This record gives sequence, C-alpha cells and structure tokens, in this order.
Amino acid sequence: MHEFLQQVFSGFSTGAIYASLALALVMIYRSTELVNFAQGEMAMFSTYIAWTLVSAGLPFWLAFLATLTISFIGGMAIERIVIRPVENAPVLAAVVVTIGLLLIFNSVAGWIYSYTVQDFPSPFHDRPLLGALMTTRDLGVIAVTLVMLVLLFCFFRFTTTGLAMRAAAQNPASARLCGIPVGRMLAIGWGLAAAIGAIAGIMVAPVLFLDPNMMGGVLLYAFAGALLGGIASPIGAVVGGLIVGVTENLVGTYLIASQLKLTVALILIIIVLVVRPNGLFGTATVRRV
Amino acid sequence: MAPILTLNGVKAFYGQSEVLHGIDVAVEEGGMTVLLGANGAGKTTALRAICGVVRSDGEIMFAGKPLHGRSTEEIAALGIAHVPEGRGTFVGLTVEENLRLGAYTRRGRPDAGMGRMYGYFPILAERRRQQAGALSGGEQQMLAIARALMMAPRLLVLDEPSFGLAPRIVEDIFVIIERIRREERVSVLLVEQNAALALELSDHAYLIETGYVVASGTAKQLADDPQIRRSYLG
Ligand SMILES: Nc1ncnc2c1ncn2[C@@H]1O[C@H](COP(=O)(O)OP(=O)(O)OP(=O)(O)O)[C@@H](O)[C@H]1O
Ligand SMILES: [Mg+2]
Repeated sequence: MHEFLQQVFSGFSTGAIYASLALALVMIYRSTELVNFAQGEMAMFSTYIAWTLVSAGLPFWLAFLATLTISFIGGMAIERIVIRPVENAPVLAAVVVTIGLLLIFNSVAGWIYSYTVQDFPSPFHDRPLLGALMTTRDLGVIAVTLVMLVLLFCFFRFTTTGLAMRAAAQNPASARLCGIPVGRMLAIGWGLAAAIGAIAGIMVAPVLFLDPNMMGGVLLYAFAGALLGGIASPIGAVVGGLIVGVTENLVGTYLIASQLKLTVALILIIIVLVVRPNGLFGTATVRRV
Repeated sequence: MAPILTLNGVKAFYGQSEVLHGIDVAVEEGGMTVLLGANGAGKTTALRAICGVVRSDGEIMFAGKPLHGRSTEEIAALGIAHVPEGRGTFVGLTVEENLRLGAYTRRGRPDAGMGRMYGYFPILAERRRQQAGALSGGEQQMLAIARALMMAPRLLVLDEPSFGLAPRIVEDIFVIIERIRREERVSVLLVEQNAALALELSDHAYLIETGYVVASGTAKQLADDPQIRRSYLG
C-alpha cells in the first residue's frame, strides 16, 4: 500500500508536468486549431536558457522568472514571424511549419549546447515527506503547477485581455467587429504557451537531465493527456495530463518493464481516439439556433 | 444634416469576382437608413465593405475620415458597431462576458453601459450568467444589439435583425431599435428583408439589385413607388 501511494504521488508530480505541456498545446489548438509539434522543443530550448542563466550565477528563481519572460517574448515572435504567414494556408502547411520548428530548435540547441547530457539544478531538494510517501521535489513541482494554473485561470476569467483572447479564439470575425486585435491575441497566446512550456521543461529537467532530446517523450505523454481530456479543453488537458502521469508510473512499476512506458502513452492515445474522439471533457458548447 | 457615412463608387470583391459595382450611399447623422434588395443583391457585402471585412475599392468616409486601408478592429474603434448576419454572438461565453467584450474599445469600466442595456433588454439581466448559446434566437439578437451598443458607437450597422424570428418578436425588436436610436443618439444603417416594416421606421432607403443601387430616396418616396410596391411590398 505504501509503495502504491508513493507511486501515485510521484505520478502526480510527473503528471503535473505533462499537464502543463498539454495545456500549452491546448491553448494553441483552441486559438489556431493547430497542433504545435514544436511545443516540446520550445520548452527544451527555454530550459537551456534557464540553465545558462543559472550557470552564470543567477539565483534559481530569478533565472526562472527571466526564462519565462524570454520564452513569452520568443513565443510571440515565433507566432509573428513563422506562424502568421501560414495562418490562412491549409492546415497541413501549418503543421509542417511546426515540425520544421521542432527540427530547428533541436539542431540549434545541439549546435549551441552540444548533445552532451547536462545536470540541471533542482530548487527542491529531494527530501522525503510524510513518512517517505512523497518527496519535497514532488510537492514542489505540484505547487508550482498549481500556482501557474490559478494565475492562468484568473487571467482568463477576470482580465479584459484574457476575455478578449477567449473571444478571439472562439469567433475571430466577431472579435474583430468588437475592435479586438485578433492577431495580437494570437501572439499573446503563443507567448503564454511558450512560458507554460518553459515551466514544464524546468520542472522536468532535474529528473530527465538536460539534453536537446529531453522533451521528446514528455511531448508524447502531453499529447496523450491533451487528447484524453479533449484537445480543446484546458481543464481536460490538466486532468488528462495527471491521469497519464499516474497511469504511466503505476504501469511502469507493476505491469511492464519501464522501457515500455512510452508504448503505454501511444496505446492510450489510440484507445482515446477510437473510443472517445472528443476526449473526456470534449463536449460541444451548448448551442441553440 | 450632414451624412456621418458616405460610400462613393464603392466596389467590393470576393477573390476575383466583383460583387458591388460602384455604389453610392449616404447615412444621415442621427437617422436610420435602410438597404433593401433581393437575396444575393449585395447588401451584406456593402456592410462588410464598410467594416473592412471584404476587399473593396472606392471611397468610404466615416465622420470625415477615410476608412480605406484600415483594419476591421480599427474601424470598430472609430465608432462603427456592426451586428453581422447570423448575429455573431460568442456562444460559448456568458451574456455578461459578451457585453463586456462589446465595451472592449472603451477600456473603461463597462458597468454603466451594462446597466443601460439591461434596462433596454430586461431578459438579458435575468440571463446574465448563462451561456449566450443557450439563449433563444430573439434573445440572441437582443444580446447582439446590446453588445454592439456597449461600444457607444456613432453608427450602428444591423444586418437583418429580423432573420429567423417570429413576427411578434420582430416588432418588439424594431420598437427597441427605434427607441435606442433616439435615446443613444446613434445613427443606424439597416439591412432588412421586411421592407414594409423597414420603410416605416427609416428616413432614407436604397434599393440594391445585383450590385447596383437602382433606386434611392426618402423612405416615403420608395414606399410610394409603384414598382417597388409591386416587387418588394407585395
Ligand atoms: N463569402 C463569399 N464568397 C464568395 N461570394 C460570396 C460570398 N458571400 C457572398 N457572395 C456572393 O456575393 C453576392 C452578394 O451577396 P450578399 O451576401 O452581399 O447578398 P445579400 O444581399 O446580403 O443577400 P441576402 O439577402 O441573401 O443576405 C452573391 O452573389 C453571393 O453569392
Ligand atoms: Mg445578407
């Protein structure tokens, strides 16, 4: 029982990371109906930025905030420079562009930082808590994710810009007629997604160690989480990410060799797509015409 | 009175095909002007040209400023509120959120305007926390008009507000539109299939056929024109 609970808690902590990245995917999907295959590599690149800043002697949390800011600006720039030109192109063209971004970020990171695996500092020491049920690291990751979620919720729920972003995602033509600059809203969405991804990367790097391919598996789990929750549902992404994290941990511990854990994610994606194509939370909005 | 909006030789295009072939329209400040015409005549396209939604050519002046080359959101910020065909409400957001969005260009506290809108449309106050998509067609049309007015526009552009509504509700809505025009001192440009009702409420009218203005004048002149009576007032 003790081991089981241990695995559940550590599953929550990895799940929180998947949930963050899944949320980034969902945010972009909702506003542009585009799956951003580069989300993981963008997060990896952000993590290298954090690593550079920490290595340069910046205190961890200062480097953390600086990285989020840089990632936010970088995400907006990517939207402006790379995504906007294919905004009205067929979806496939846009998808190819995000795959291109994935390759670019991966090779540029390899070129700048080399493919050698680096240690990444954790701000939470790995001390046992609650009679070794969980560790301070698990708790720290979950807490950071929670704070992020609450801030995002308040932003979208209570600020004018957040509301305008939801409107622009839902009905861009009407949003323009209300005077909302839809292009700027999309750019902010990409910036936010990049910053959320940066948090996921920074949280996962102490466990996985930092290298340019670090986020490949994480992105797959995040996809599984996003699809499980319903690719257009932010709450779904969070719940889906947590479920995937816990499942992955339990399956890896009790059922199969941990080398096969990634297979579990793929099987999960396939099952969801077959059984519930709209995901757990993918209900259509109430509509009466 | 001087016109607040003028179209001079305005052409409009979808891709390569020209749908409006150079129309002249003027909307008097503080008045209500209606565009009439059969299905596919180009009425909606004329409104879209004003708001910069379709590519257009020719001169469009609003309150002394040319609209050409401005984006839709800039035109909205100048004070043109457009309720598009199909209403354009944000169905996944609540009634209150829809109204807050209407006030986006004003950047102030929207609460005052909201109270006034709930005064015009008490049913919206009752439903303020409901998703707009769950409203009835008539309620959605009221919401769309209220959302547009939250902008405190100088010109309200309405594309077939009666579409798909029961006759009794249509009358209610037009009574309110007329009241709003007086109380909010807003000019109105209306597109309407129900020609009899529209001519009764409007000061000026234009008849559009296949992309040309084929008749124009005071609403009374058009209502008395025997040919228009035969084709549109039946
Ligand atoms: N999005 C579009 N793409 C291409 N052609 C269009 C588009 N919308 C309208 N048209 C064409 O432009 C012409 C004018 O259409 P418009 O919608 O302006 O007519 P309307 O007068 O508003 O008609 P209705 O009373 O049916 O609303 C029609 O021939 C129509 O087929
Ligand atoms: Mg029309």
